[in-house]
Amino acid sequence: MSVLVDSNSRVIVQGATGKEGRFHTAQMRAFGTNVVGGVSPGKGGADQDGVPIYNTVTDAVAATGANVAGVFVPPPFAADAIMEAAAAGVALTVCITEGIPVLDMIRATAFVKSTGTRLLGANCPGIVTPAQCKVGIIPNHINKPGPVGIVGRSGTLTYEVIQGLGLAGMGQTTSVGVGGDPVMGLRFVDVLRLFAGDEETRVVVMIGEIGGSDEEDAAAWITASGFAKPVVAFISGRTAPPGKRMGHAGAIISGNRGTAQSKIEALTAAGAAIADTIEDVVRLTAERLETRVA
Amino acid sequence: MKLLEYQAKQRFAAAGIDIPAGRLARTGDEAAAVARELGRIAVKAQVPIGGRGKAGGIAVVDTPEDARREAERILALRIRGYPVHALWCEQALAIDHELYLGITLDRDRGRLVLIVSASGGMDIEQVAESAPEKVVKIWPDPFAGPQPYEIRQLAFAALAHAEALRERAGQLVTGLVRAGTRLYALAVAHDALTCEINPLVLTPQGTLVAGDGKLEIDENAEYRHQDLVAELSGDQGDADRAGEDPYEAEARRRGLTYVHLDGYVGCIGNGAGLVMNTLDLVKQHGGEPADFLDVGGGAGAEKVRNALEMVLLDPNVRGVFINIFGGITRGDEVARGIVAARDQLHITKPLVVRMTGTNEAEGRQILEAAGIVPATSATEAARTIVALTAGGQS
Repeated sequence: MSVLVDSNSRVIVQGATGKEGRFHTAQMRAFGTNVVGGVSPGKGGADQDGVPIYNTVTDAVAATGANVAGVFVPPPFAADAIMEAAAAGVALTVCITEGIPVLDMIRATAFVKSTGTRLLGANCPGIVTPAQCKVGIIPNHINKPGPVGIVGRSGTLTYEVIQGLGLAGMGQTTSVGVGGDPVMGLRFVDVLRLFAGDEETRVVVMIGEIGGSDEEDAAAWITASGFAKPVVAFISGRTAPPGKRMGHAGAIISGNRGTAQSKIEALTAAGAAIADTIEDVVRLTAERLETRVA
Repeated sequence: MKLLEYQAKQRFAAAGIDIPAGRLARTGDEAAAVARELGRIAVKAQVPIGGRGKAGGIAVVDTPEDARREAERILALRIRGYPVHALWCEQALAIDHELYLGITLDRDRGRLVLIVSASGGMDIEQVAESAPEKVVKIWPDPFAGPQPYEIRQLAFAALAHAEALRERAGQLVTGLVRAGTRLYALAVAHDALTCEINPLVLTPQGTLVAGDGKLEIDENAEYRHQDLVAELSGDQGDADRAGEDPYEAEARRRGLTYVHLDGYVGCIGNGAGLVMNTLDLVKQHGGEPADFLDVGGGAGAEKVRNALEMVLLDPNVRGVFINIFGGITRGDEVARGIVAARDQLHITKPLVVRMTGTNEAEGRQILEAAGIVPATSATEAARTIVALTAGGQS
């Protein structure tokens, strides 16, 4: 099993004819994703590398039965693309675009909530269910099927964990990158809830970073909901000096809120195992898988 | 992008929010002239940081002589690292009561939050901590915006905590609804992530006047506000950011996400989380990071070259650790940038490159052909760069 995407996912790519959209459409298809179409206003009717292009998401959904949309359109148009996909009724929209104005995302997330669509991102690496479906930009070759559910904020650090686990022989049910924007779709808690309902996910690895309070919220939810699966957590930015904005909006410490220490304490209290390094993530995950088997 | 007080207030005024009459002054003489024109004035340091009142950056004066003397004193200050280049001199307000009116981003709710408190002034943060019920909030629908009834409810709830204002609540609420509606529209029109009036001064005449102004614009939305960006870079420019770290200022000019640190191992990576982890790894292996530099997603060869050049500007840097996990960023592009930088800039300091992910094989080939052997893991790379840069000489 898996969460959010699987071999039944029929994917369209919004912005498929742009530089990034085209490159990653090809990567997704090489992975084995069932990419059924692309959307590029004004280019409807075209065929790009064997993928039919439509003018609107509604046209694409009507013609292909698509149920997942990947958004690769530039920041000024991305929030509109997210809303277009939700209005067309896809089950999941994955927005990769980085740099979308916050007020646009406030409107887009509010709109998406009023529909039945789930939104992942924006500014996220996407989602992979190994051997079945990838939507986004996570490198193809690192993913393999297995019993670990991964959810991470930082894209590249999530890749590190996927690769580290994979090299040690541990594959994933699904890897989900929620992204680092201040206003976003699915959060840690939402993804943990999905993993709770996925029988094949036996251990969850959570990759957090300083800033915000999503890790603390996840810890509170783990305790409150009685989440039964072992959680291995890794927090980056432990040595970051307070008050310095480390890259995107997510990673800033203000006061005690959002420090690595506060996140580690909250997650420890919730029973999660804290990894100090990627190597630790691998070791702690392996230990928990063995315990579960025994 | 943070506006200075006077820049924010000019926008408040244009939106129909009352501000005290004022002028900008850059010398003691100019401040004295404003005092001659406006009478009793407040002389206020224009710095992009809070806490200036407590740091001595504000003085209320009655005469042109005092205005000159205080202006010269404040212009010589450095407020939390920021030198003072400009003073906003405005008519001193007669204050009956200080309120708070602000809009900011609430990440947890994913909306703007509109906040009113009857306990405005310098200690609003303490009030929010110790008596949160006195700081009342609403989260307007992002499509409809705040409706008058919502702000009315908010205002009555906030005023219920101020005994002294109870009799005038009806009249005050009308003013707060007007100011709140206008401030929210202003925030949305400017893509503001923070838009705040603290204190919002209630004068003895019963009017509400902005005693201070804070406006911070979303960097992602600057493309929609080119006029404003141009205007501010002329007025605020490098002069008013002179308190900034010179390396960080240079990085900003180069369009790079860079934070200057105290160590000697240059660090470059793609993705904030990965770069933070790169810093953590350097520290775990006994080294001290010199910087945080995130080339971001999809960085091409030129950006990587620019990044390497930037990091090496700091003479404390003894070697550079480049940590790339390709996703939307491609290994071959990064490798080309590294090789170009090394050749063009004649870099002789050690470079340790760890590269994996999208187009990894092509990237390794380019690096190896140029005589740079990439490390296989981030841990190994951290150990190598720390060993190569240990020993003190730079």
